[in-house]
Amino acid sequence: MIEINASLCKNCGYCIKFCPRQILEIGNVRNRRGHFYPHLTDADKCTSCAICASMCPEGAIELPPKGADSHG
Amino acid sequence: MAEYKRASLLADSPSGYCPGCLHGLATKLIAEVIDDLGQADNSLNVISVGCSALNLLYWSGDNLSVAHGRAPAAATGIKRTNPERLVFAYQGDGDLAAIGLAEIMSAANRGENFTVIFANNQTYGMTGGQMAPTTLIGQKTTTSIYGRDPQTTGYPMKMCELISTLEAPVFVARYALNSPKGVNDARKGIKKAFELQLAGKGFTFIELLTNCPTNWKMSPMQTLEYMNTNTIPYFKPGIYKDKEADVK
Repeated sequence: MIEINASLCKNCGYCIKFCPRQILEIGNVRNRRGHFYPHLTDADKCTSCAICASMCPEGAIELPPKGADSHG
Repeated sequence: MAEYKRASLLADSPSGYCPGCLHGLATKLIAEVIDDLGQADNSLNVISVGCSALNLLYWSGDNLSVAHGRAPAAATGIKRTNPERLVFAYQGDGDLAAIGLAEIMSAANRGENFTVIFANNQTYGMTGGQMAPTTLIGQKTTTSIYGRDPQTTGYPMKMCELISTLEAPVFVARYALNSPKGVNDARKGIKKAFELQLAGKGFTFIELLTNCPTNWKMSPMQTLEYMNTNTIPYFKPGIYKDKEADVK
């Protein structure tokens, strides 16, 4: 499952637009630089395709290797 | 996909680019390809003047910031004295297609063994959105407020087409970064260019179509659509020259 580094996000919305499952949405909390940032609405539906990570201009989305997921 | 890591050459801080600017995506792609090739410690980024220079803020590899338009000239010297290094120049359209036109054409014509990555956003971004040589017909900028008129300012310059007519370049290609497919193709193209350089084959040129939400006065989403309907039909993505493929 993807991990979003909120501090790098600039709220361009590309990850939300290109997510094939449409399970990313912008939150209502701002990061330190004043940008709202996205979160997964249904983590179970994430297929780890990493298209969101690929399209992120800031490199703010990562896909950790399997087994390294801190959420187990 | 099994894993997607932040590239090692990008510092752990946001880029200097505006929200939605595809310069960030271009820089990230280059850093990822360099990681893929295991060249992080061997790469050298020749940074030009313009918004392209903002990658200086978070590029943690070796880099050299050079005079406006002269990145291919500086890269020539660096590569000739350090032939083992992976040298690439990262230039915008104001830098490469206007003030640096002589340098890029000469370096390409000499077949210097380095790579030029050309980010084409059809405007001078850093200085306030003036008309660039690549600005589309009818596109409004701060110096073409009624839209670019070819009668007085000529037509948008197609750099890939120009450079591919020269004898020396070995790989010339254009990619659009406004879709996942375009990004994947661009990643393959940059990788191929770097591999050709490391094999000592000669000059490689990659044009990346990007956007400028701030100076186009659009939201990031609108710029992606504008690229689909206006930029891509004129600046057609594709491989314009591939000498290695011609040989086979």
